[in-house]
Amino acid sequence: MSGARKPQCVVVGAGPAGLGAALAAREAGLRDVMLVERDFELGGILPQCIHDGFGSMVFGQVLTGPQYAQRYIDRVEKAGVEVKLNTMVLEMAPDRRMTLVNSREGIYDIEPASIVLAMGCRERTRHQVMIPGYRPAGVICAGAAQRDINIDGLMPGRRVVILGSGDIGLIMARRFTLEGAEVEGVYELMDHPGGLTRNVVQCLHDYDIPLHLSHTVAFIHGRKRVEAVTVAAVDGNLKPIKESERLVPCDALVLSVGLIPENELSKQAGVELDPVTSGPVVDERMETSVEGIFACGNVVSVFDLVDWVTRTAETAGRAAAEYVLEGRKRGAVVRVNPGRNVKFVVPQVVGSLDRGADFYFRVEHPERAVRAMVLAGGGEVYSRKAKMVRPPEMVHAGIDAVAGSGKVLDVTVEVVEEEGGASKKKKRGRR
Amino acid sequence: MKNKHELVCINCPLSCGIELTEEDGEILEISGADCKVGLKYAEEEFRDPRRTVSTTVKVEGGVLPLLPVVSASPIPKSLVTEAVRVLAKVALKAPVADGQVVYRDILGTGVDIVSSRRLEAETTAG
Repeated sequence: MSGARKPQCVVVGAGPAGLGAALAAREAGLRDVMLVERDFELGGILPQCIHDGFGSMVFGQVLTGPQYAQRYIDRVEKAGVEVKLNTMVLEMAPDRRMTLVNSREGIYDIEPASIVLAMGCRERTRHQVMIPGYRPAGVICAGAAQRDINIDGLMPGRRVVILGSGDIGLIMARRFTLEGAEVEGVYELMDHPGGLTRNVVQCLHDYDIPLHLSHTVAFIHGRKRVEAVTVAAVDGNLKPIKESERLVPCDALVLSVGLIPENELSKQAGVELDPVTSGPVVDERMETSVEGIFACGNVVSVFDLVDWVTRTAETAGRAAAEYVLEGRKRGAVVRVNPGRNVKFVVPQVVGSLDRGADFYFRVEHPERAVRAMVLAGGGEVYSRKAKMVRPPEMVHAGIDAVAGSGKVLDVTVEVVEEEGGASKKKKRGRR
Repeated sequence: MKNKHELVCINCPLSCGIELTEEDGEILEISGADCKVGLKYAEEEFRDPRRTVSTTVKVEGGVLPLLPVVSASPIPKSLVTEAVRVLAKVALKAPVADGQVVYRDILGTGVDIVSSRRLEAETTAG
């Protein structure tokens, strides 16, 4: 295999994560960074996200998806990253050997010194949420509908029902409306919206689109094309209530029922996955369980903001560069414990806190007047008040370097009720 | 008579719940915002609600058939739907630069509509 090219770093996927990682790896001193993208252009999903709301943290400015992507594309092109478009990774082995394919070079192997996984996520489909009924045309995932309308100029329906109130579903409710379709309503299984409140307000309220919480689609009608759906309220066990069923005529059912990190390649390479996030288990430098393979962005865990994706990408890109230039520094790692009202935490493991770390986590249920805390070695290393935490909104805890913590004993991330002096004393007592 | 209006700030993901109290159109109190942007938003949302418009326009000879465009600043909320309708009739020729003005002074608002990406012309070479 001595003939194979040996780039210093290969980044898989050129969405916001891949762009950020490739740029960071280059800026951290790697000469030979290769960015592999199966689409014909850079940017990933951002070019189809034509709405605004991106970049308030990274750029201190509110941008559209294409604008956010364009800034990184320009920087990546200037930085001298080798970009491989229309190129797909077919295989990736634990020793980092990769097989690529494109129509110019055919199938070929490379042996990168480091890899950054940045494949993003994919949409959950009708089959994964098991909606009963026929299998007609016109059942489409919200992101796919977004691509149809915003990139290809196609209308997937004229009278639309949306199932799921994830951010993409909310944004598509507005987009369909502006493009002249009628959105009958958005139906959400849970008793709270799945997306950000700002999207409920500016995508639904602004256009008088009804949101039906604790509702679902109980049946899809239509042999060739969607003709109608049966909607129903659900009971405490999330089961449809027969008596509440109602027939809604429509020609498209748009699904916004969740995103799943895209980790087929990671599995091939033997990367350990976290069953809760469905993404790789990473440390504070975004290194996976396989030496020299890093991961960032939505492939690790689905973030609600692209700004967080970029932050994790910068961490991964820098760490990959450091690994190549200085060798592996990762020693023993400890698990991060998700504490009270914390569903999961990224990173899942920590080797050292002597350079600080970024923790991202989601809560299990909404809660008001709380404090987000990170405890390490029994001591409090991060604490911040929050008025409100909600499951759709990722919480970020960026901790500073903790002196003398080259070896961490244990880390816990938790959300506690914000109270007066009594609880504070209790916490001190625990140290 | 005092009236209370509940608003949700849409400027950032914190989505602050804001309560605005007014009497005969005079704002008496704004509470609940975590930052100054929220205060300004609440006042504007009460007096003159505005939204950023984003949509697509047709492009001839480009690598893609559509170009995403955005208003350079927010326009009155009541004009958003009409602005999208006006822009649906616009057709450009590729290439288009990022930030290029696509439509001047949309509906007399004084706000320009600009391209929100770079779009290359299609080439026949592979």
